[in-house]
Amino acid sequence: MNSIKCECGHVNPEGTVLCEACGKPIEGNQHIDGNDKKKLLNMRYEGSARRSNTYNKTIIDKIWNFFSSVKIAVWLIVIALIASSIGTIFPLEQYIPADAVSRDPSVFYEATYGLAGKIFYQLGFHQLYSSWWYLLLIASIGVSLVICSIDRFVPLYRALKRQKAKRHESFLSRLRFYSETESVQEEEIKQVKEQLAKQRYNVKEEDGHIVAEKGRFSRWGPYVNHIGLIIILIAAMLRLSPIFFFEEYVWVREGELRVIPGTDNEYFIENKQFILDTYDADDERFKDALQKEGRVVPSNFQTNAIIYRAIESEVVGAEQELEKVDEFEIRMNEPAKFGGYTLYQQGYQLNEFSEMTFKLYEMNDPDTEPLGEFTVDLFDPDLEYELDNGFKVEIAEFYPDYTISEEGVRSKTNSSNNPAFVFKLYPPNSEDAEISFVGDVIGTAEQMGIDPEVVDLSPMGQVIGTFTPSIDPTGGENNYRILIDSIDFDRKSGLNVKRDYTLPIFIIGAIIFMAGVLQGMYWQHRRIWIHPKNNGILLAAHTNKNWFGLKKDIEKAIEGTSINIVNDQKED
Amino acid sequence: MQSLIQTSSTMLFTAFIIYLVATLFFGFTIKDKLTDKRNSKLAGKIAITLTIIGFIAHLIYFVTRWLASGHAPVSNMFEFVTFLGMCLVLAFIIIWFIYKFNLLGLFALPIAMLFIAYASMFPTEVAPLVPSLKSHWLYIHVTTVAVGSGILFISFVAGLIYLLRNVDQTERNKRSISLEVVMYLIFLLIGFIVASTAFGAMDYHASFEYTNNDKVQTTDYTLPPIAAPHNGTLLTEDVMKPWFESPSWMRGADAGRKFNSVIWSFIVGTILYGIVRLILRKRVAAAIQPLLQHVKPDLLDEINYRSVAIGFPVYTLGGLIFAAIWAQEAWGRFWGWDPKEVWALITWFFYAAYLHLRLSRGWHGERSAWLAVIGFGIILFNLIVVNLVLAGLHSYA
Ligand code: HEM
Repeated sequence: MNSIKCECGHVNPEGTVLCEACGKPIEGNQHIDGNDKKKLLNMRYEGSARRSNTYNKTIIDKIWNFFSSVKIAVWLIVIALIASSIGTIFPLEQYIPADAVSRDPSVFYEATYGLAGKIFYQLGFHQLYSSWWYLLLIASIGVSLVICSIDRFVPLYRALKRQKAKRHESFLSRLRFYSETESVQEEEIKQVKEQLAKQRYNVKEEDGHIVAEKGRFSRWGPYVNHIGLIIILIAAMLRLSPIFFFEEYVWVREGELRVIPGTDNEYFIENKQFILDTYDADDERFKDALQKEGRVVPSNFQTNAIIYRAIESEVVGAEQELEKVDEFEIRMNEPAKFGGYTLYQQGYQLNEFSEMTFKLYEMNDPDTEPLGEFTVDLFDPDLEYELDNGFKVEIAEFYPDYTISEEGVRSKTNSSNNPAFVFKLYPPNSEDAEISFVGDVIGTAEQMGIDPEVVDLSPMGQVIGTFTPSIDPTGGENNYRILIDSIDFDRKSGLNVKRDYTLPIFIIGAIIFMAGVLQGMYWQHRRIWIHPKNNGILLAAHTNKNWFGLKKDIEKAIEGTSINIVNDQKED
Repeated sequence: MQSLIQTSSTMLFTAFIIYLVATLFFGFTIKDKLTDKRNSKLAGKIAITLTIIGFIAHLIYFVTRWLASGHAPVSNMFEFVTFLGMCLVLAFIIIWFIYKFNLLGLFALPIAMLFIAYASMFPTEVAPLVPSLKSHWLYIHVTTVAVGSGILFISFVAGLIYLLRNVDQTERNKRSISLEVVMYLIFLLIGFIVASTAFGAMDYHASFEYTNNDKVQTTDYTLPPIAAPHNGTLLTEDVMKPWFESPSWMRGADAGRKFNSVIWSFIVGTILYGIVRLILRKRVAAAIQPLLQHVKPDLLDEINYRSVAIGFPVYTLGGLIFAAIWAQEAWGRFWGWDPKEVWALITWFFYAAYLHLRLSRGWHGERSAWLAVIGFGIILFNLIVVNLVLAGLHSYA
């Protein structure tokens, strides 16, 4: 390495712009920080020797220099900013609304937003934030952060550690705050020193040369905050691995006991009760707003649950035994936490059909007693039902979530939201069956002008119950008809299961980031130099930010002396 | 209960009026010919005292509304925008005590008043909280974001004054025109407020029926319908017939009504702007410029930067960190790329870029001032466009 010896005797590494000890500009290197074109010195890194400004030969040098440029960093940030905004033009894939034309992205975007939507989808913007190029962009910001910080931190640290109180005149006169005073009394300098010490400056003296310094630690703020950011990026990377993070969804009916998915059959949940509270429409505080809203507003979703844990049985092959872990009231904003897992209240369904009871009547005689009845468990329907008086009912078709559309009759989902049946009815001792269609309660309700979505928040049984028995789905030549007698509804709670070991890492990263930003922003590194010259002094000062505050400090320090206040030599 | 709400809205109105008077006093501080120096100082003292009294009234509005509703009043557009105005005043008071710079008040207070007026255009009833909003983290998150934004707004105010003072108005170029566009945008906002207030006073209503996602919905216009909803039919009689229909790509609930409000803002705002131009006979910015000749541009630049330096950490804490904590508690995901979250990230990236640019020469002064104006625009975009148009989970409207 070609080191450079300054006239003050200090040996500087190659590429140094201002001597680490006395600040004298080193000839031949002034172009590096652009000092040759300006009167003022560039003090951002104290004129220390940065690798990026010193070497530019090998490919490694070139990569290093690319990523250590703040200009490139700003470009990366600006590109990330613009890219991020594109993803908010239309909803992302995961935010396609439930009532959309189609939840299939290849259909949804074009159907909803026309050509723009089609382009949005074809460019993959519906999953922009997990696209390779977005991740690459964020990764290069990470690389740039690391390289840039190393490139500057080490030399800056050296320079600040080696600085001397005695500075070269040509250094001081080229700082932004500078003044000369022809004649100054010994007494006055002493007074200034005391004043500075009172303002909590750290005053150092060397042959009558003085440097008063405070807040140096604020210079490390940016490096601390960048470390925080890097930790956050690392946490985000770890999160992609299932060891650190997984997520599942589970639906549990009231009264049901179920294994919690993702826990390797270790944990079980029992839904004791699902509670949904709504605001009272007469509540004095909210009357006006609720009236305007025109619908019931929920105030609380809650699952009262018991969590069990399976204990290894001592006898091999014996029944698993469950041990109660805890009871929870899981609400929105109040998840249940146990054994590293967290359960969040996410969804609910109040109106799932669970059981339907049917009665059988003679066709032409509406007032007769029913001929028989049977009950279908919708979660586990039988193929055949034998009625008391010899009738037999066979389920020919079962649509849990019946709908009729252009494509014909089908079940929209596998959940029993709107069950419908095609029954085969065998009278006693007969081989010939009558076909009956029964069900589609929701469709019937809609035809009667009842909007099932309005009853969304009140148990549907209360509303539907009033008219179900009158549904007559059969027509034609049948001798008998099957009518719905009663319906039981279930309340299901949807819970999100998560295990996330990266959270503490994110938290640590965020804390470090905040600490670094505060350190760098709410404190400032201020230095004031006093340089004796003949009978008088040169006074100069530098800070990394808040020049206004620095000037006030100096004014206070020289108050009552004949020393001239510093001039602001800023060009621009 | 009702009386508390009554007190609350009276206090808000009082604050608005006091800010108005305080603005006048800040105006009196401008005339600082040498002889007037003492008067100017006195006017400045009166002005800041009034500002503080106004702020206290504003605070009483906030506290009484909180007591009345049982939750922090930051849960809908009216409450949040009003609170933002309050944070802007708070930030101004803090900066005033650091720099004792009166002229800032002449611009900061009117902007705060615009916020309050704009907020009042939204439903002001006390609304109940849906379960996902019932969390202390919500209050902590929203209030910190608002305080951070309020401080960042000061950098906009300082930047705007800088530009008004320094952009050469003798020439017609990119800079002077861009600055005039900023002034024009402010007029559009005033236009929206004037139109809404005028028709609100007349209790104007017109309802439409339209289909959205195969469902029939109705929407209530409070401004005369220039643009009807796409495929909408007018239900109300004896009102103006719409001139045309909103284009078909404007979907979503109430898209037509929002589009109609935008049209009205343009019409009324443009007329107001035209009148002012006719009176002034020059650009609005050019008319303001002579008032600012005594201001030191360096001080403006310093305030611009300082408020970003102070506001950025607060914004980060509220808009990203507390937001993430709340999202984690409520939905089990601390980050979900919801539009509101993405725009908070964009704002954060933007101010990070600003801070990095300040590290290099040539980005101080005017360029920083432009950046501060753009930053303000981004925060407002998140507040207005994202809330009302790109509705995600956070949608208030
Ligand atoms: C793209 C990669 C990045 C690079 C190369 C980079 C580089 C730098 C550099 C060189 C500094 C100045 C250090 C000094 O004054 O000694 C700095 C400061 C800073 N950086 Fe970054 N940075 C990057 C990304 C970020 C990001 C994403 C953020 C946060 C959003 C951030 C926040 C900050 C802050 C707050 C400062 C302090 C600014 C000041 O003191 O005025 N940086 N950065």
